[in-house]
Amino acid sequence: MRGTTSWLDATVRATRDLTPSIREIEIVPDGLSPTWLPGSHVEVAVDVDGRADTRCYSLVGEPDGSCFRIAVKREQPSRGGSRYMWSLAPPARLRVTEPRNLFELELGRAEYLLVAGGIGITPILGMALALARRGARVRMLYACRSRGEAAYLPELTTALGDRLAFFDGSRGERIDLGTEMAALAADAQVYLCGPLRLLDACRGLWTASGRRPSELRYETFANSGRHAPEPFWLRLPGRDAEISVPADKTALDALAEAGIEVMADCRRGECGLCMVDVIGLTGEIDHRDVFLSEHQKQANTKLCTCVSRVVGGGATVDTGYRSDAI
Amino acid sequence: MAASFPLNAWYAVAWDHEVRHELLPRTICDKKLVFYRRAADGCAVALDDACWHRLLPLSKGRLNGDDVVCGYHGIAFDSRGRCTFMPSQETINPGACVRAYPVVERHRFVWVWPGDPALADPARVPDLHWNHDPAWAGDGKTIHVKCNYRLVLDNLMDLTHEAFVHGSSIGNHAVAEAPFDTTHGERTATVTRWMHDIEPPPFWRGQLGKPGNVDRWQIIRFEAPATIAIDVGVAPAGTGAPEGDRSQGVNGYVLNTITPETESTCHYHWAFVRNYRRDEQRLTTELRDGVARIFREDELILEAQQKAIEDHPDHVFYNLNIDAGAMWARRLIDRMVAAETQPRLQAAE
Repeated sequence: MRGTTSWLDATVRATRDLTPSIREIEIVPDGLSPTWLPGSHVEVAVDVDGRADTRCYSLVGEPDGSCFRIAVKREQPSRGGSRYMWSLAPPARLRVTEPRNLFELELGRAEYLLVAGGIGITPILGMALALARRGARVRMLYACRSRGEAAYLPELTTALGDRLAFFDGSRGERIDLGTEMAALAADAQVYLCGPLRLLDACRGLWTASGRRPSELRYETFANSGRHAPEPFWLRLPGRDAEISVPADKTALDALAEAGIEVMADCRRGECGLCMVDVIGLTGEIDHRDVFLSEHQKQANTKLCTCVSRVVGGGATVDTGYRSDAI
Repeated sequence: MAASFPLNAWYAVAWDHEVRHELLPRTICDKKLVFYRRAADGCAVALDDACWHRLLPLSKGRLNGDDVVCGYHGIAFDSRGRCTFMPSQETINPGACVRAYPVVERHRFVWVWPGDPALADPARVPDLHWNHDPAWAGDGKTIHVKCNYRLVLDNLMDLTHEAFVHGSSIGNHAVAEAPFDTTHGERTATVTRWMHDIEPPPFWRGQLGKPGNVDRWQIIRFEAPATIAIDVGVAPAGTGAPEGDRSQGVNGYVLNTITPETESTCHYHWAFVRNYRRDEQRLTTELRDGVARIFREDELILEAQQKAIEDHPDHVFYNLNIDAGAMWARRLIDRMVAAETQPRLQAAE
């Protein structure tokens, strides 16, 4: 990620499994008393099969000055980040950045709706606690696959009481976004974090309702789509060889490993720089980015290689390479 | 920390007319150099601007024929840097010399190669042939900008800013709304924008001299490390320009080559040439001065940006979709710089 990056040496102080698939990790940076505002995240240096990389994790809850607290979901299949994080045990050393905030909570608004899906609870928890403490008018919707997979449910229930509505997916409970949004005051703000389906549904309804786009705030973890990840192939015009993209690797990384350069920046499906032209398609594109509009996604002429995938086959793509060799 | 520019490249020093039979000091890629033209054959030459003896800038001396005479003790050097005179002795110290740099004159500019002279291949002078071509007429100037040269490259690789910085002349909303294609090669990157059936901005309406909507194009060609040629123009909408027939329209080229002076300043050489009304000198002068006014708008932005960057020393830019061309340019330059810091296994390609 961009911005001013200050890297710190740190130690894993403790880990605690909140659910079978979500682990809370406490990280103590050397010589710094950690503090953060709701919505903040840190970047962590990870080792993915011997390759150095970084991952962003939201800071969970409110700071107590003693440590950074993150919660990592064990992804199946994992691109390596969660696998690495789950391999850590005290007193493992790691490198982490100072907090950065791209999901700031604006205080002093008349009404708030918080929406969290699954591991999307991680940036939302701190917002809920802060707003409850300030006596703000807030309602929270929290949806998970099951009660057993819902991290921080007790803390949220204590803080919010009946202002919290929990939706257990295994019992068929679903958030009725339309009704919830219609009940909001005209200048209410919504903060949202969760899987892509939830994000797309919210954004679609919000746009259709004519509310100001700036009042729906969200953060994307960019690791979910409409379909489960599966292997697919990529072909390039003028090249015989096919490039295989395994289920636990991004198209961008697979292309890079094959020596094909694509520009990239955010690696979260936000900036659009890693986009390639789709000139042939077998199957369906699972667009996992938030850069392309719905209209552009339906046209299926572009694909954001840092997050998006193909199901049911593969695609022939043009990366814009034109040799200068005469 | 690596330099932001490679040394093994041709950089434009000055316009042909600026280099005369007199000493012209100019800093190129953090090297203080002195340039002049030999009277004997009119060739431009470049030397380190520092006397071998006590480092006084040679530019503070004078020319004697085609030799440079140091202003302090009168030591003289020829245009290849060999010492030709030392005061108060009958011989010349055999080791006395100043470094001479390869110089080439092409496309109306004098170019210098600050790096390894063995690699200085004249065939690698960047392509700005439109600047010295009977099919094109035009002129230009040089701006000294107080910013790192890469910021000027960013500015030229994405012309979305025309809608906002140059809204009274060459920009309108069509530019900021139009999609574009970016392609890249080993040494070049190209950003292409076509705007179909749009209202032309005031400048182009004037150049075309015909009413109605136009098809407008901007094809930005970057050649590493620092040269950008922009193919621009308009043709009446639907007369075939996007398909390759520009005959009903007007075509110009904005030619740019930006030479690093230091890490925070640069010499920005530019020209505007055209393929229409080529014999009208008045139009050449008016267009040159008009473009100079437009670039002044950029200069203010760039210098403010440079100051902001100096205020935030560790900051790395966020990037948008529109920055793709600029990011490719920077990546190609970084590759050239990285190649210079590695041991060379073989000589020039």
